[in-house]
Amino acid sequence: MATIAHPVISAASGTNARGLRRDQLRERIALLSLCAPALLLVLVTMLLPIAWLFSLSFTADDGSLSLVHYRRMLEQPSYASIFVMTFKVSLITTGICVAFGYPLAYVLSQLPRRAANLCLIAVMLPFWTSLLVRTYAWLVLLQRQGLINSWGIRLGLWDEPLALVNNLSGTLVGMVHIMLPFLVLPLLGTMRSIDHDYIKAAANLGASPTRAFWSVFFPLSLPGLFAGALIVFIICLGFYVTPAVLGGGKVIMVSNQIASDIELFFNWGAASSLGVLLLALTLAFLYIASRLTRLEHLVGEGSR
Amino acid sequence: MTRAASVPIAVRGVAKSYGKVVALDHVDLDVQSGEFLTLLGPSGSGKTTLLMVLAGFIRPDEGSIRFGTSEVIRLAPHKRDVGMVFQNYALFPHLDVAGNVAFPLKLRGVGAQDIARRVETVLETVKLAGFGARRIHELSGGQKQRVALARAIVFEPRIVLMDEPLSALDRKLRELMQIELRQLHDKLGMTTIYVTHDQREAITMSDRVAVIAGGRVMQVDTPRRIYDRPANRFVAEFVGESTFLGVDIDGDKCSCGGTPIRVAALPEAARSMLLMLRPERVCVADPHRGDECNVLQAQVTDVIYQGDTYLVQGLLRDGARISARGISSATALARVPAVGDMAPFSFAAEDAVLVSDAAA
Repeated sequence: MATIAHPVISAASGTNARGLRRDQLRERIALLSLCAPALLLVLVTMLLPIAWLFSLSFTADDGSLSLVHYRRMLEQPSYASIFVMTFKVSLITTGICVAFGYPLAYVLSQLPRRAANLCLIAVMLPFWTSLLVRTYAWLVLLQRQGLINSWGIRLGLWDEPLALVNNLSGTLVGMVHIMLPFLVLPLLGTMRSIDHDYIKAAANLGASPTRAFWSVFFPLSLPGLFAGALIVFIICLGFYVTPAVLGGGKVIMVSNQIASDIELFFNWGAASSLGVLLLALTLAFLYIASRLTRLEHLVGEGSR
Repeated sequence: MTRAASVPIAVRGVAKSYGKVVALDHVDLDVQSGEFLTLLGPSGSGKTTLLMVLAGFIRPDEGSIRFGTSEVIRLAPHKRDVGMVFQNYALFPHLDVAGNVAFPLKLRGVGAQDIARRVETVLETVKLAGFGARRIHELSGGQKQRVALARAIVFEPRIVLMDEPLSALDRKLRELMQIELRQLHDKLGMTTIYVTHDQREAITMSDRVAVIAGGRVMQVDTPRRIYDRPANRFVAEFVGESTFLGVDIDGDKCSCGGTPIRVAALPEAARSMLLMLRPERVCVADPHRGDECNVLQAQVTDVIYQGDTYLVQGLLRDGARISARGISSATALARVPAVGDMAPFSFAAEDAVLVSDAAA
């Protein structure tokens, strides 16, 4: 041999390069296969039913493709009022939850860890009882001959039984009670991640406790507040049991209309179109929210 | 930035305990106006507790603290008007650099134009001109450090407190910042109390060092005095390297294992004393000569090459250990004795320091 071939050395063809690449690929496939059951579950329980819902909503009674269900929603003013009611109830519930939940989360975040966890159990306890049980419990408390009315009259606070339930206020009481933990938990997570040194630094620089709260603590807690409020609002949009039981037929939200469309009128198309529209509105809302804040706060990550 | 007015600090009998744990044991400390004083001590010694008491974040059980002529021990932190640099900087993440620096000025009702001018000036002072619009998370550790410093001095406090401000930086940057902080202090002249557990940092930067242990002040002195004439064994061990040899004191004669030792100064009271030697002041390769020199013969047990220096350890006849450290020049290394040799460990009388064996 007169010539000697020099080996071409590159990143791709060095010693064991092929084998190492194959190992990496295998590892990735193995990791991916771990989420396969979860992906399958999402496909079967979420994507397929939604697709089916979607197709139902575009199908007329005779089986042809049509927009009749959506057209009805535009033509009948009762549908518009249902959506207005849904957003109104959700907004008020969210507002009350913020008003109650923020001070509660603040107190919890300032308590020593052990005491805070004990108090948190009190917040979480209703979380672990059935939603239906809690809702009927409120009915028992709030009705005309309920605990609150009979005690109020006996104590002479008011003479006639107050209409506390079977209306909007009754619905709101029940929904706030159920939704409060959803606001408090992400908010508390954010508040706990606020380094206490920030408050000390503010004080050191001349801020009174009130001033330090408003100029440092409050802005840093906003991501958690926003995340909690968003969760509450979105869950409220799809609420069914509480308005049905405590609203006394006066609070008709989208979910209640869907139920009656199916139970009373057997109109799956109308029900599906309502569901699709609610889903679309919720997604639109989430999109707007995601432009305003980072969605990782939804899973309780602190501000960094 | 111009020189600010500064005030002395007088701490008297400040005590704080958490249950049975004593954090501060009736501390007395005087800091002169415009002085750079470092609280040096191991973790848990109470140095940070003392700083937090001065800042007003920890309420002591008793005592008195005066800034100048005014008693401040019951004053809320936001009324004390001291600048503070926190260990983790505590820069507000929702504000940019200028917003952080302007924070104390806004609270003091300074006008918007004045704020902009003073923020720009102080950022220049800490070598961060033009960084005002940066977000905090975009800054490096050294830059955060400078912003924290700018925020602490922008309102021209008479006193600045620093809680291990350089501990998060790497060694080279830390050494650079030590010099910069010191220069800034010389320029601005506010009374500064600096907390660190790094004895080299304390000695490099301070006018005086207060060595703290067990909630008590062990010694307050210039860096030179702290190193050369430590008050007791604890200070000697904590600041720098040291070896201790048992000595017999008989009147004004001092001896170690039968060899008479000439020492720097004899103790006033006959207490249990130890001979303290700094390894770098003990020679083994190139013995000291002359009358004022002490020589102890020891068998070499280890010779350790450490780059810039070498360390020779020896065993004295009575079983005590002695160390000598030297600059590792080629000539010195050629003369270092081998392991197993008997070698003369020599040191000047001036460097033979008797220290009390007790902790205080």
